[in-house]
Amino acid sequence: MNDVTQPSRRQLLTLIGRMGGAAAMYQAMTALGHAAETQFTGPPVLSGAKPGASVVVLGAGLAGMVAAYELEKAGYSVKILEFQDRPGGRNYSLRGGDSFTESDGTVQKVTFAPGNYVNPGPWRIPHHHKCLLHYCRQFGVALEPFIQLNHNGFIHSSDAFGGKPMRYREVAVDFKGHTSELLAKALGAGALDQSVTAEDKEKLLEALRNWGLLDANMAYTSSVHVSSQRGYDRPPGGGINGAPTPSQIAKLSDVFSPQVWTAMSFYFNYVMQTTMFQPVGGMDMIGKAFAKHVGKSITYNAKVTKVAQNGKGVTVSYQDVPSGKVNTVSADWCVCTIPLSIIRQVEMQVGPKLAAAMKAVPYAGHIKMGLEFKRRFWEEDDAIYGGHSFTDQAIGQLSYPNDRFFSNGPAVLLGAFTSGAGAFQLAGMTPAERIEAALKQGEVFHPQYRKEYLSGVSVPWTRVPWILGCTSRWSEENRAAHYQNLVALDGRVVLAGEHASYYGGWMEGSMLSGLDAIAQIHKRASAA
Amino acid sequence: MRRGLLLLPPLAMLALPFIASAQDMPGSMQAKNNTAEGGKIFKEICAACHLPDARGTGAIPALAKDANLADPAYPIGVLAKGKGAMPPMDDILTPAQMAAVITYVRTNFGNAYPQPVTEADVKRLGKP
Repeated sequence: MNDVTQPSRRQLLTLIGRMGGAAAMYQAMTALGHAAETQFTGPPVLSGAKPGASVVVLGAGLAGMVAAYELEKAGYSVKILEFQDRPGGRNYSLRGGDSFTESDGTVQKVTFAPGNYVNPGPWRIPHHHKCLLHYCRQFGVALEPFIQLNHNGFIHSSDAFGGKPMRYREVAVDFKGHTSELLAKALGAGALDQSVTAEDKEKLLEALRNWGLLDANMAYTSSVHVSSQRGYDRPPGGGINGAPTPSQIAKLSDVFSPQVWTAMSFYFNYVMQTTMFQPVGGMDMIGKAFAKHVGKSITYNAKVTKVAQNGKGVTVSYQDVPSGKVNTVSADWCVCTIPLSIIRQVEMQVGPKLAAAMKAVPYAGHIKMGLEFKRRFWEEDDAIYGGHSFTDQAIGQLSYPNDRFFSNGPAVLLGAFTSGAGAFQLAGMTPAERIEAALKQGEVFHPQYRKEYLSGVSVPWTRVPWILGCTSRWSEENRAAHYQNLVALDGRVVLAGEHASYYGGWMEGSMLSGLDAIAQIHKRASAA
Repeated sequence: MRRGLLLLPPLAMLALPFIASAQDMPGSMQAKNNTAEGGKIFKEICAACHLPDARGTGAIPALAKDANLADPAYPIGVLAKGKGAMPPMDDILTPAQMAAVITYVRTNFGNAYPQPVTEADVKRLGKP
């Protein structure tokens, strides 16, 4: 039936599965068009909800609101309790007139010009996050490109290139060129003859010559040819001085700075690949769009203190924060999207497995800073339109605004986005100290910083009172021990949120988890 | 799609290392924090959550007047392995840095446990 030289797709996949394990097979299946790129295939179809069936949702972030939206659509009666005075959770934006209070009581006031904003939480949307994009489309949330890969952004490392920032274009082309030359040398010396056939060796040498822009001697050297990728000292022009002059390639030892391949590798990540999007006017447009549909069901300023359940239903106690008054809500089922980092402040009547899972997951602490400048000098002086510049300093990176290119007047850039040691270091400072650090470190890229600076705000997630962290940080051990227990319906309570997903820290993960939570409830409710 | 092709359930497939890069994250590599002095490490790392005076906030516990610090094994275990929402610090701090900052906290903020914690203690008690 099957030609010996033409294995069937099934045989091929089985072979790949045996040889390369599940990951290889999954990737091969994707390549062959078998596996989907996202788990979202459309909104859930929850037909036949029992009349009067009710659900209380804890948290009006995206997980909670998508759950509420679909439950209401299916005929459930839904109530949402939200600790803050606004919808969206981590999906939010800070604009002029807003203030941000840290967990130690420190207040920052935002003074950005009208139209300017910073997205302290989620800020970019991969093109394959189809669940999120589905609801943006459905609710009419206008999206625009998020300029992810900008070849003209900078790469900076204190211990490479003499501490001088280089354009991403320059170092990426040099990395490619130097590694191609080395591999060509190894091939030429016969060092890889055990690994490649003579025919493949010829093909690879040809590839390296073209891919690496090597010269006739298979060396990576400065030339106009190389400059056609890495840029010129004098770019091509017209007339008498039209001929370009080449730029000088960087030294091999500088190019192998980890900062170079870290940035190059970063753009290969599935979640970081172009095309990416952002909502026009701020990320909170998504949360606000959901609130237009489920807002009437939200009780704001409600601090949940206790979740009790028995065989018949759930009773949630909450405090109205302004008055201190304690109320209760009863429902048949509960979707709890409260972050694990603060859920221990809630008395949860759940089984031991879920209780253990809730305590097991650590949180990462990112920081973001928005800096407003008098003008777009990164565009006007440096020809950087969106995208990022990376550094090994605590601020981690700069990200340039992706909207209103070429416009006059003040603009906000992201002056820090970092996690780990850099984020802790900045978070431990006062707001004024953070600004000073961001200006000092950012000046490495842009000497215009001090002259053009207007104002800034810093959001260290470890000091955001309603979450005390940024995103869940699952280890493989924790996944194996606790993930299934965390996401499973426990009696009449089910957890949802980015922490209950394999897309931690992404809105897509929150929403897919919210949809899975209500599918579990609906299935159990329909079976009862 | 022929489901029979899935030799492993989907979740087992996803629990593979490539998922580690699924988070939103900066695209840069941080320079190593080489601070050796305990007080400085506290300020640059711990104060982000536990606050500069170690009083904690919300679900984040205070380290001031903390009886849990009497036995060095406890703070060493927390730093090396994490606890609850606190991530392990072994990717940020060396054993010597952990020893320095634990010693600092044990002798400040109303704590009086003068016996220094050593790098050897951290290596011995912080094993996974």
